Amino acid sequence: MHKNKTRAVIEVKNLSFAYDKDLILEDINLMIFEKDFMVFIGPNGGGKSTLVKLMLGINPLQKGSITILDKSIRKSISQIGYVPQNTNINLNFPIKAIEVVMMGKSSLRTSLFGYKKEEVHHAMELLEKVGMQEFANSKIGSLSGGQRQRVMIARALCADPKILLLDEPTSSIDTDGQKQIYELLKELNKEITIIVVSHDISVLLEYASKVAHINKKLSFHDISSIKNIETKSDHICEVELLEMLGKCKC
Amino acid sequence: MLEALSYEFIQNALIAGVLVSLISGIIGSLIVANRMVFLAGGIAHAAYGGIGIAIFTGIPIFLGTSLFAVAAALFMAFITINQRENIDVFIGLTWAVGMAIGIILVDLTPGYNVDLLSYLFGSILAVNRDDLYFMGSLFVVILFVITFWYRNILAVSYDSEYAALSGINVKFFYTLILILSALTVVIAIKVVGLILVIALLSIPVYIAQRLSSSLFSMMLISGLIASVFTTIGLWFSYSFNITSGASIILVSALSLMLFMLLSKLK
Repeated sequence: MHKNKTRAVIEVKNLSFAYDKDLILEDINLMIFEKDFMVFIGPNGGGKSTLVKLMLGINPLQKGSITILDKSIRKSISQIGYVPQNTNINLNFPIKAIEVVMMGKSSLRTSLFGYKKEEVHHAMELLEKVGMQEFANSKIGSLSGGQRQRVMIARALCADPKILLLDEPTSSIDTDGQKQIYELLKELNKEITIIVVSHDISVLLEYASKVAHINKKLSFHDISSIKNIETKSDHICEVELLEMLGKCKC
Repeated sequence: MLEALSYEFIQNALIAGVLVSLISGIIGSLIVANRMVFLAGGIAHAAYGGIGIAIFTGIPIFLGTSLFAVAAALFMAFITINQRENIDVFIGLTWAVGMAIGIILVDLTPGYNVDLLSYLFGSILAVNRDDLYFMGSLFVVILFVITFWYRNILAVSYDSEYAALSGINVKFFYTLILILSALTVVIAIKVVGLILVIALLSIPVYIAQRLSSSLFSMMLISGLIASVFTTIGLWFSYSFNITSGASIILVSALSLMLFMLLSKLK
């Protein structure tokens, strides 16, 4: 099916999932390859977040399988850097940006109060990578939504993952901030695989290498054909586009 | 005033006040950060059941109260971890049932006219050596736990979902924090009483939160602020012969208002 020579980093086979008796995901088959920029779109409640939670092992598998880098989720969970949807949690919490980044490293968990020099150094490098080095010692609550999102990306990168998974990374960020986040992801994509769950199609069309629509079932889209839709008509709103993507058979 | 310091009960009260304040600073920070204030309030009131059991059976008050409070904390941990809905109903239930058990057991204890008020509002001037040893031991245990697991506790308190993903046993640390809160509540009852415990655990923390940029400094600053409040409160209590717990809390609350006013003016 795929002629891609690079290896699959995530392989989902015959995956179904139900909450109580409501079927959320039905027979999902999916291969994500090295250095893909994969985007999941679809309506709310369509199962995007559920798929993410299954990939992260937060939800237990019911039917089907997910392998990450040819291993079970449990064994290779550290290969996925995760950026959660809501980064506006606990804003009054007294913690510096750099400390949040260092949380991403799961080793050294029982070390005493201080942080090791190498850790601080590594965290600074990551903050530099996401353009936040000036804010290393700022309290996390004092940052803007976009800045905080970058810190969360740095945290996700802390354990040197092969895959970066972001759930609605731009939902609470202004347009300029969104653009910056996607440019950053594009840059990171040169080295690692990026998976994004998102609503904003128009932005993603510029960056995604693959788009999958999830509404209980999964269907792939050829990006060029979506671009055609957009250029043919003068204006098309995102809601219409989402609907079309849901129906189309490409 | 200085001659007061030569009395042993005043010395004990001061030591107890500072010890309890430092402990409250550490545990209060965790309670506020983990949004457990209502939970801690529930444990504080439920602890009265332990006081009743201790009086009824004749076991030491601290022992009975600690066991009962820890049991209440484990129950709360179980509920909040496993139950998604109506958590507040269960907290309220534990809160009230604990107190009811305590009151009835005290009623049933023959010939014992317990001074309920001393448990509701504290009796810091009645602190003895054994109480101090108990407080000191708890302080050491808490210091040990915090030093050893600081980063796990930090991760769980800031973002428990992410902590769970990176392999930290969130349920264990959540339960541990609740158990330590229960023990803190037990000793704080001696100083300010079970009704005012929550104020001691949250007012200094609220001020410290604004002044600190790390969990560690928040713990330290709230401990120091609480110590100052407790000492000033005690002084008022001694000078004007008023209930120490209420005096400490009013000093704290007035300082909080002053602090908020000053930070508004800035």
